[in-house]
Amino acid sequence: MADEEEAELNETQKKEIAKWFLLNSPPGEIQYVAKDVKAILDDDELYQEAASESFPLYNKSHMISLELPDRSGDVIITSFGELGKNEFLDPRTAQVAIIDHVKQVCTEVRPAMDEDLPSPYIEEFRCALDAEILKYISEAYPKGVCSVYCGSGKDVEGPGSDFELVVVISAARHSPQNFCNGSWRSVWNIEFKDDMQLVELSGKLQVGAHYFEEGNVQLDAKHECKDSTILQSAEDCAISLASIIRHHETEYLASLEASYSNLPDTTFKDLRRKLPVTRTLFPWHNTMQFSLTRDISKELGIGK
Amino acid sequence: MEAAMGLMRRIPPKHTETALSALLTLLPQHSSDLLSQVDQPLQVFSDIDSGKEFILCEYNRDADSYRSPWSNKYHPPLEDGALPSAELRKLEIEANDIFSIYRDQYYEGGISSVYMWEDDNEGFVACFLIKKDGSKTGHGRRGYLQEGAWDAIHVIEVGPEEEGTAHYRLTSTVMLSLTTNNDASGMFSLSGSIRREGHRNNNITSLHVPTRVFRMTLPWSSSHAKFLLTLAQVMNMDLSIQEGHLCNMGRMIEEMESKLRNSLDQVYFGKTKEMVCTLRPPSEVVMRLPET
Repeated sequence: MADEEEAELNETQKKEIAKWFLLNSPPGEIQYVAKDVKAILDDDELYQEAASESFPLYNKSHMISLELPDRSGDVIITSFGELGKNEFLDPRTAQVAIIDHVKQVCTEVRPAMDEDLPSPYIEEFRCALDAEILKYISEAYPKGVCSVYCGSGKDVEGPGSDFELVVVISAARHSPQNFCNGSWRSVWNIEFKDDMQLVELSGKLQVGAHYFEEGNVQLDAKHECKDSTILQSAEDCAISLASIIRHHETEYLASLEASYSNLPDTTFKDLRRKLPVTRTLFPWHNTMQFSLTRDISKELGIGK
Repeated sequence: MEAAMGLMRRIPPKHTETALSALLTLLPQHSSDLLSQVDQPLQVFSDIDSGKEFILCEYNRDADSYRSPWSNKYHPPLEDGALPSAELRKLEIEANDIFSIYRDQYYEGGISSVYMWEDDNEGFVACFLIKKDGSKTGHGRRGYLQEGAWDAIHVIEVGPEEEGTAHYRLTSTVMLSLTTNNDASGMFSLSGSIRREGHRNNNITSLHVPTRVFRMTLPWSSSHAKFLLTLAQVMNMDLSIQEGHLCNMGRMIEEMESKLRNSLDQVYFGKTKEMVCTLRPPSEVVMRLPET
């Protein structure tokens, strides 16, 4: 009887399990996971609840990008641009995208309100940086999108106060027909410190890939770094910040490649060697030699 | 059940245990199917008599006890636990001894266990298990891995002897996860599992690699579980039992393990690397402006 009691899960527990699966979906695969979760739950209402709670979190943490319905560009779903539950700011076009989290589409756009946008002084820095990052993205990421948000101090009117910009870069590649999906996400917090005339950057880079043909192989790589530069005019700041970001991301990619090239010869060897320590295939035809050695060592009392 | 297997192909392999227990609570009616079809990381127990560790699996379990290949005793003790015949037990003892040496030569550490039991059609089944912890704190001799686990399960069904030969059917699963951590590249974590089946009777034929066209015509959503098992690597060979079952089984496992290791290394990890390089191609020339 105990089994039956255990089997009777309450709704909250079921929903939590469903949410766990949804939130652990690999890049670009939440819709497929959702379909399976729905089939397993076999309870539409419960599924809808789980989905409506999980999709917004997933969309924001994966920083998915959605095409604006007027084709004026893409909006990245991140907490930096979140104005309301379903409303996300696109700073470049000064528009607000209204989105459907579960369907992962943008349904309509409206112009942003003045209070959602930064002051002209901040906008000058933001816009200059956006232009430089956009240039970098188009060179480095075949399918990348980026946004520059104002993290704090959006009402600063001129020199003399601190403020923060946030650069978000998101690149995703989904090719389910080749059983492969992946995403690159970087977030750069950039603090403009007026008193020290300094600009400090801290970057969080995250790369994920999933390959699932006849198996399930996933890469999960994370990296954090810091740098700084001096406070200059908006244009000069933008150029040096973009070059710092480019430098760190290029270096990170190189280190990822190095990790991969170390796999077969060094890293993997700690798990299983390509060949035995004897460098020849195992002598299955002549295992008697082992029994003899063992017998001898047993007799001599030197066995394990 | 199909949906459940679909999920298991997507959830990061390092979360397999959590995902499985979640599915077991949601689908108690499918628990035996789930347990037999989802490969879980291997668990280890210590033999009270010999002090040696042995690996737990479905094949050495009876009720809630597991039989140790070293003492042939169930842990915790079980009055009438199933045991292999005296003859098969002899082969099992030998297999455990030889396989330990094999394991040590390839894995430089780790734990292995071999279990055998009679099947219904006059043959027998043997299960070879290897567990290796390659982390710095485990058996990693070179210290590259923050975390690293290799679990291999080889199940061989051996048919009855006919005119000096026997049919061998091998199903192998390898589960692997590794994490390196250094300052330059941050955390780098790869995990995966693959499962392949190989038959041996007749001569070795070329590897059967399913074509991409065929793959693409499959409905792609939740058919993976079947896909995983049916489109497998096939080897055929008729083996004389002159050199003994152990020799035949050992060679098959050695060959299969090498193949699986190569696939993981080159194909599977290679694919994730390819993906990273599609996201951000590495050819870009670095130009760092002088900071003025």
